[in-house]
Amino acid sequence: MEPITVHTGKSVALMRNDVDTDQIIPKQFLKNILKTGFGIHLFYDWRYLKNGRPNPDFILNQPTSKGATILVTGNNFGCGSSREHAAWALKDWGFKVIIAGGYSDIFYMNCTKNGLLPIVLPQTARDILAKATPEETITIDLVHQRVKYANHEFTFEINPTWKDKFLKGTDDIDLTMTYEDQITAFEAKMPVFD
Amino acid sequence: MAQTMYDKIWNKHVISGKAGEPQLIYVDLHLVHEVTSPQAFEGLRENNRKVRRPDRTFATMDHNVPTEDIFNVKDVISRKQMDTLRKNCTDFGVRLAAIGEEQQGIIHAIGPQLGLTQPGEVIVCGDSHTSTHGAFGSIAFGIGTSEVEHVFATQTIWQAKPKTMGIHVHGDFQKGVYAKDLVMALIAQNGVDFGTGYAIEFYGNTIENMSMDERMTLCNMVIEGGAKSGIIRPDQTTFDYVTGREYAPKDMAAAKAYWQQFYTDDESAFDDRMDFDVSSLAPYVSWGTNPGMAVPIDQPFPEPKDINDQKAYDYEGLKPAQKPEEIDIGFVFIGSCTNGRLSDLKIAANILKGRHINPKITALVVPASRAIREEAERRGYDKIFKDAGCEWREPGCSACLGMNPDQVPAGVHCASTSNRNFVGRQGVGSMTHLASPAMVATAAIYGHFVDIRKQTVTA
Ligand code: SF4
Repeated sequence: MEPITVHTGKSVALMRNDVDTDQIIPKQFLKNILKTGFGIHLFYDWRYLKNGRPNPDFILNQPTSKGATILVTGNNFGCGSSREHAAWALKDWGFKVIIAGGYSDIFYMNCTKNGLLPIVLPQTARDILAKATPEETITIDLVHQRVKYANHEFTFEINPTWKDKFLKGTDDIDLTMTYEDQITAFEAKMPVFD
Repeated sequence: MAQTMYDKIWNKHVISGKAGEPQLIYVDLHLVHEVTSPQAFEGLRENNRKVRRPDRTFATMDHNVPTEDIFNVKDVISRKQMDTLRKNCTDFGVRLAAIGEEQQGIIHAIGPQLGLTQPGEVIVCGDSHTSTHGAFGSIAFGIGTSEVEHVFATQTIWQAKPKTMGIHVHGDFQKGVYAKDLVMALIAQNGVDFGTGYAIEFYGNTIENMSMDERMTLCNMVIEGGAKSGIIRPDQTTFDYVTGREYAPKDMAAAKAYWQQFYTDDESAFDDRMDFDVSSLAPYVSWGTNPGMAVPIDQPFPEPKDINDQKAYDYEGLKPAQKPEEIDIGFVFIGSCTNGRLSDLKIAANILKGRHINPKITALVVPASRAIREEAERRGYDKIFKDAGCEWREPGCSACLGMNPDQVPAGVHCASTSNRNFVGRQGVGSMTHLASPAMVATAAIYGHFVDIRKQTVTA
């Protein structure tokens, strides 16, 4: 996984609450057996009109959104189905950071597994960030847990374990296998009722 | 300090890590289905890894299954996902209940049915409704595909322990009111994120009186209130259910003694508490596009409080102050991991016995597993459903989500026993109204919801 320490990028704001994973990536696109290729279907029902053409009113279809890496959004983002495809789709589209009021637990975990940094900021802060124009950038300094935009600066909380993972871009399985002896010892003392 | 059941089971499974931080916990049972596993198996292959404990892993096919003609999978990609699972299970030595096989069904139905789901376990599955298994007094939660890969390779998972909420449920249900109504009411009254960050333990006389099927319905839907898990203290009802099943402990006495060590000490152990009296609870019906947008059958739809509500009204073609009776139902779905078990089919069959559904309605009855289907047929429910004009189908997720041929047509209102009423969930443009099997079966007869408490024929 690519490490993230400081990231500066363009943002798009989608200030809706309770955006569920069915909205992020509808189920008809879950049948893929790879992790890539989901980006074109991101927010499918909002992004495309009934005739299959891009909806010009939807923010991601506007030329100014091209190249954005930061999504600023509402509360309870990524609720509903546990599909990791939601994180893959956001990543595949080009997002690296999400700034929301909160996340469903599973979606949050899925972000941490895929190098998509989920940040929690209150409404007041997000309302300010949502005003960023396509010419402006937002900077996320993960080391110091700060989000900077124009002359604003907000601090955010993040669990130290997840923070470290993002900073180093660690592979989880390799990390866990350093505990192999403990896992084996645990297995040896599990009760059996045969 | 007093501890909850969730805390105790958790602590028993910690391999490394400090409380309050993500900890490495052992997974006793890993359930797998065809949709969220292919990328995980692929990851193992890429890195030359194995499934550490195939004996603690069990897979089935459910989401893509065509329930009318199960062996005729027309959708190319559906077939690919199922073929991929078959190959992956062979390559990695994982047990698989494939289409048509005796043990096949919705993953959350077959875990309990085979006795794989047991008290005191940590159970995970790449599926949000894994919370269902908490009904047995285990820690059960849904995980993402990368976590599936991690569990395959290590039989462990990194997780921060959620906070615990105790919900004391007391009182007797009125006739025609069920666990489904209880959980829908909890979500409607407290919001779709009231449980975020929590594992919820249900206790109290109402819970003690519930069958395992009802407890599963309750724990199944806590995820719609944002909770990570639901959990219920295992008691005689639980032990009786588990005893004698294929993978159940042989030495039940020893198992019981082990499980009982996990009981919550007392209420002070919970981080948060709630109280719910079910005695005046009415059947619930959802009107909008998330499970929190629901009202008791005798109440009008609310005024919109935000843009989401307004969008939901626009999507559903409904208006505030209308009543659930006014929804014009065109489709009925009885099934899913929420309400597709034997007791749910029994309730629906009792209502539909000797009656006919409204001619404008298409009704699918889909048992959650093959074993449930066969038992229902032994009891003659299939005949009751068919005589009433319903389609009696093969087991699978079916119209709970439109990932297989069972879809609700655009613009049609569906009375559904499933768990999610998200936009387009049951098919593009479909409009879902969640309710209990009794409410849905009755709606099939009338063509609209009615207050079943006022009906003479109830289950
Ligand atoms: S029945 Fe519905 S909710 Fe349950 S596992 Fe299948 S798709 Fe998911």
